[in-house]
Amino acid sequence: MRNLTARSWLLSAPALTLFIVLLFIPLLMTFVLSLNSFDFYGGIGTDISLANYAEVLGDSYFYEIFGRTFAIALATTVICAIIGLPQAYFLYRMRPLWRSVMILIVLGPLLISVVVRTLGWAVLLGNKGVINNALINIGVIGQPIKMMYTSGGIVLALVHVMVPFMVLAVWAALQRLDPSIEAAAESLGARPFTIFSRIVLPQAIPGVLSGSLIVFSLSASAFATPAILGGRRVKVVATTVYDEFLNTLNWPLGAAIAMLLLVCVLVAMLAWNRLVERRYGEVFE
Amino acid sequence: MRQNGPFASVFMLAFAVFMLAPIVVVVGVAFTPEGFLEFPPSGLSLRWFYAILDNPDFIDAGWISLKLGVVAATLATVLAVPAALAIGRGFFFGREALQALFLSPLMVPTVVLGIAFLRLLSFMGLNGTFLGLVLCHAIIITPFILRLVLASVVGLDRSVEKAAISLGARNWTVFRRITLPAILPGIIGGWVLAFITSFDELTVTVFIVNPSTTTLPVRLFSHITQTTDPLVASISAVTILFTVVLMVVVDRLYGLDRLLIGEGKR
Repeated sequence: MRNLTARSWLLSAPALTLFIVLLFIPLLMTFVLSLNSFDFYGGIGTDISLANYAEVLGDSYFYEIFGRTFAIALATTVICAIIGLPQAYFLYRMRPLWRSVMILIVLGPLLISVVVRTLGWAVLLGNKGVINNALINIGVIGQPIKMMYTSGGIVLALVHVMVPFMVLAVWAALQRLDPSIEAAAESLGARPFTIFSRIVLPQAIPGVLSGSLIVFSLSASAFATPAILGGRRVKVVATTVYDEFLNTLNWPLGAAIAMLLLVCVLVAMLAWNRLVERRYGEVFE
Repeated sequence: MRQNGPFASVFMLAFAVFMLAPIVVVVGVAFTPEGFLEFPPSGLSLRWFYAILDNPDFIDAGWISLKLGVVAATLATVLAVPAALAIGRGFFFGREALQALFLSPLMVPTVVLGIAFLRLLSFMGLNGTFLGLVLCHAIIITPFILRLVLASVVGLDRSVEKAAISLGARNWTVFRRITLPAILPGIIGGWVLAFITSFDELTVTVFIVNPSTTTLPVRLFSHITQTTDPLVASISAVTILFTVVLMVVVDRLYGLDRLLIGEGKR
């Protein structure tokens, strides 16, 4: 038994070393950095204080950015759940041939760069973009609707980026569904909606919940999409950190903002996990 | 099981349009003969594809991304396979903690990882170097490989290994002749997923490159944030083609749904 433990740790040692040196230590260094002072002439100081956190927490500008970030993440999550759940269910009921085509369409975009996909949305959403042009041409609207540089545009593009994760999570949950239960319900005269709401939905909910967790945490820390579609006008936490690090060069303040984001995301994830496990623990056994 | 009704078909059609629209649009505008983005293009022209050849910085960035993806995915595989073998078989002290640690890059916001790597690399004097990029990418993509290899290790039939051992095979022989072939699909799938993740990575990379090691996503990103011209569309179209080819190959070899869902389903 001791032999197994020693061998297991030995096998994991190379990866463990890399993770400690390149993940654990840098995160610790970043935390320390967030406690340092910064001076535009003197650079990063060596003193330790919570001044950067006080600055972020005392400024309504940062509240607005954090609020916007989590509102965007929440909206993205809810929309992903609303369209991802039925999509996964229909996928589950499809004939194998069509299903593999549909899987390619739903999951394929996951493998295409977020930058490229967001570029597509920029072309679609611009004031002279595809959607506005089409709407003006058929006479629905006279003036272009502003979609670039809005939170709504960011949510739309984020849904596109994130919804495959939701479909995957729900689909994984539906795989555990026993088709004979549905068949039994049908033979007993249940309507499709009843079957969906009484049999499929309760089984799919854990998938929706775990998918929501992934979508929310990824959306809250998304960078490329808000940076391209929001620019400087609609800032989120990730783009703010980027600006602090690479434009303002106030690394300690940027590190403090990033640490707050990390804490918020981790707390949200743990709370969500606890909630899910308490209510649906037995489903995951 | 009942088949999908008309509502389902309409819903899925709309869903497919939504998923494909931005990709089709990018590929479409790449063929414009004009000097600005228009969709649908007024004509078909390869003008902007030829223009890529006049922009060596994009070509260089593409090569860097390719090399980085191959080296980082290979390094991560070499690290993740033994760890997956250890974690996937048998319970030992610290097993859960190790697994959580190796999957933790998925939990930390990428922007936080980016600045943490920047802090460390500038401290070590490796900032902007290819080596620095490789090491950081290896960390980010290890979870993807670990999950897939772990799934195939858990699904492994141990009795064949035991039979080989009882017949006198040495550890290394058992690994090379039995274990490795059995988990090879998982390793290949993990490698490809890791390669694609590294090839597309932006948020972390943007913090740790310098002008001589700029990767393709970073180059595209900084170009797009300044101006959107058909050049970025044609370059994007080329990367989409590259990804689609890779996707078809993976689907044939391993199965795209298996790659993205994982055999163990969770």
